[in-house]
Amino acid sequence: MNDRSNSLRSGPDPDGHFGAYGGRFVAETLMPLVLDLEKAYEDAKNDPKFHAELNGLLKDYVGRPNPLYYAERLTQHLGGAKIYLKREDLNHTGAHKINNCLGQILLALRMGKTRIIAETGAGQHGVATATVAARFGLPCIVYMGEVDIERQKPNVFRMNLLGAEVRGVSSGSRTLKDAMNEAIRDWVANVHDTFYIIGSAAGMHPYPMMVRDFQCVIGDEIKAQMLAVENKLPDLVVACVGGGSNAIGTFHPFLDDSSVEIHGVEAAGEGVNTHRQAATLTKGTPGVLHGSRSYLLQDNDGQIEEAHSISAGLDYPGVGPEHSWLKDQGRVKYFSATDKEAMEAFTTLSKVEGIIPALESAHALAHVMRIAPTMPKDAAIAVTLSGRGDKDVFTAAAALGVKI
Amino acid sequence: MSRIEARFAELKKQNRAAFVPFITAGDPDAETSFAIMEKLPAMGADLIELGAPFSDPMADGPAVQAASLRALKSGATMHKTLEMVRRFRKTDQKTPVILMGYYNPIHHYGTAKFARDAGAAGVDGLITVDLPPEEDEVLRVPANAHGIDIVRLLAPTTNDHRLKTVLRGASGFLYYVSVAGVTGTKTFDASEVEAALRRIHAASPLPCCVGFGIRTPEQAGQIARFADGAVVGSAIVSRIAALCANGAKPAELIKDITDFCKSLADSVHAARR
Repeated sequence: MNDRSNSLRSGPDPDGHFGAYGGRFVAETLMPLVLDLEKAYEDAKNDPKFHAELNGLLKDYVGRPNPLYYAERLTQHLGGAKIYLKREDLNHTGAHKINNCLGQILLALRMGKTRIIAETGAGQHGVATATVAARFGLPCIVYMGEVDIERQKPNVFRMNLLGAEVRGVSSGSRTLKDAMNEAIRDWVANVHDTFYIIGSAAGMHPYPMMVRDFQCVIGDEIKAQMLAVENKLPDLVVACVGGGSNAIGTFHPFLDDSSVEIHGVEAAGEGVNTHRQAATLTKGTPGVLHGSRSYLLQDNDGQIEEAHSISAGLDYPGVGPEHSWLKDQGRVKYFSATDKEAMEAFTTLSKVEGIIPALESAHALAHVMRIAPTMPKDAAIAVTLSGRGDKDVFTAAAALGVKI
Repeated sequence: MSRIEARFAELKKQNRAAFVPFITAGDPDAETSFAIMEKLPAMGADLIELGAPFSDPMADGPAVQAASLRALKSGATMHKTLEMVRRFRKTDQKTPVILMGYYNPIHHYGTAKFARDAGAAGVDGLITVDLPPEEDEVLRVPANAHGIDIVRLLAPTTNDHRLKTVLRGASGFLYYVSVAGVTGTKTFDASEVEAALRRIHAASPLPCCVGFGIRTPEQAGQIARFADGAVVGSAIVSRIAALCANGAKPAELIKDITDFCKSLADSVHAARR
C-alpha cells in the first residue's frame, strides 16, 4: 500500500475537493439529499455485503472480467509498441457504463428510492441505466437532448424496449449538458423518491468519487491482466475523455505507479482551434457547472459554450473534476483527436482487427495510432475500448458519405 | 443602515409584506428591460430581484431559462447587468436590488472584482443559486466587505440541523423556496409554507421572503399574510415571453408588465388589512 499522504489516489477531501476542483455547487433544495447520498455511499463502501452483491452482478450479469486483448494485427500495422485493448465493448449493454449503473442502483435500493432518472449523451449510459432499472424492476426516465435522439436512434429504441421513458430535451444545445440540466431539475422536483444515476465522473460530490470507484474495476483488471501476460505494468495507458468516467476508471489504479505514462484523449471535433470542438481540458478554463468546479468551455462572460464532436458521448463542455486536478498536477497528459482522426481509427480497427469501436473509443485509438509507432516494440500500451460501435453505424456511414 | 435593513424596518412599521418582482436583466432587450425596472418602484415593488442571465440555469424552470436565453441573445453580459443597476441608482437610492444568478459568471468575472463592481453599481444583495453555504466564503467575504448581503436560500428539504448551517453567515434577509422543485412549475401549499416560516422566524431575526410558485395576485396576497415578502418571477417573465411571441411593441410590453406588477403589489400590500 502506498502512504496515503503521498498518494495521488487519496482524493477527494471530505467536502469533495480535488485540489481546487470538485465540490458541491448545488441549490439548497438538493444539498440535504447530496449529503444523505454521501453518507449512504460511505456506509455501502464499508459493507462487504454490498461489494459481494455488486461483484456477483459484475461477473454473471455483465460478464466481467472482460479480456485484455492483444491486438496483434493492429500492432503489426502500426509497427511500434504492443497494443492491448481493454474490451469494455464486450460487457453486457456494450460499454463500460454498466459498471457504474449497477453500483448506483444497488445504492438506490439501499436508500429505499423507488424511481430512477438519468441523463444520456450517446445513449450508452441511458441504455445501461434502463437495463439495471429493468433488472431491479424500478421505473426509469432518461433525459436526452433532441440532437442526440436524432443521431442515436438505435439506443433510443433500446431504452424504450427496456421499459424506460426517454424524454427529449429541447433547451439550449439539445445535447448532453442540457439533458443533465433537465435531470437535475427532475431530481430537485422529486427529491423524496428519486435516485439520479449520473453516468459520468462529473457533477456534484460524491458523484465524481463514486463513479470513479465503480469504474476502477477497468484499471484494476488491466493491471492484473497485463501482469499475467507481460509480467510488467503497461508503459502507457490511454482512454478517451468526455466527462471522463472510463478514463478515470482506467487511470486511477495506475496513478501511483510512476513507471506508467497516462494519456487522456479529448474530442477536438473539427479542430481544437475552431468553435466546433469538445476539448475541455485542452482549450477550456476553470469554472462551475453541474455541481462542481472543473475545466469548462465558456465564453468571456462565463456563459457555457456548446461543444461539438462526431461522438455524442464526448460532446460535453465540461469534464470530471479529478481530471482537471490530474491535468494541473501533470500526472496525466491530455491530448485530443479530431472527428476525422477518430473516423480513421474507427475504420482501421474494424478492418484490421474485426472490432468496430464506439466513436468515443475511436478517439483513444486515434491517439494510440499516432503514438505507438514512436515507441519501442517491447513497450506495451493498454487502451480502453470503452464501447462497441454498433450504435454509431448511421453516424459513421454519414461521415463516410455512404447511404444506408 | 443598509438599503435592505431600512426597507424592511419601514415595512415592519407599516405592518405590510414586501412585494418583490423578479425580472431578468436584458430581457427581452437592454432598453425595454431597464424601462420596466425603472417603473417597478412606482408600481409598488419594495425590493427588486434582478436575474443575471446564465446559459444553464439548472434550478430554474423553462420560463426563467427562456428569459435568460432571450437576454443573452440580445447581448446581455454581467457587465451590462451591473451597468443597468448603476443606471437605476441614478434615480432611485432607496429600492434594494438583489442580483439572482448562478456562480459561473461571477467566478469568471473574479469574485473580488465582482464584489467591488457590484457594490459600486448599487447592488444590495446576492442570491447565487448554486453556491451553498459550504462553498460561498469566497464570495461572501468580499461581498460583505463591499456592503452586499448574501441572501441564503432555505427549502422544504432544509432540516433543523442544516438550518443552522444556512443561517450562519446569512444577512439582509432569507429566501424560502416554497416548493421542492424548479421555479414556476409547482404550486405551494400555504399551510406548509406558513409552518416553515414559523420555524425559520423562531431560528433567525432576519426577514424571510417566499418565492417559487407564486403566480397570481391572490397567491401573492396569501403568502403576504405571514411572510415578510412575496417574490414573483416566472409569472412575470412568462408574460414577457407571450408578449414577445405576439409581436407586442416595447411600449405595450412595458405597460402590460408594470400593470401586472401593480396588481400583484396591491394584493400584497392589502393582505394584512
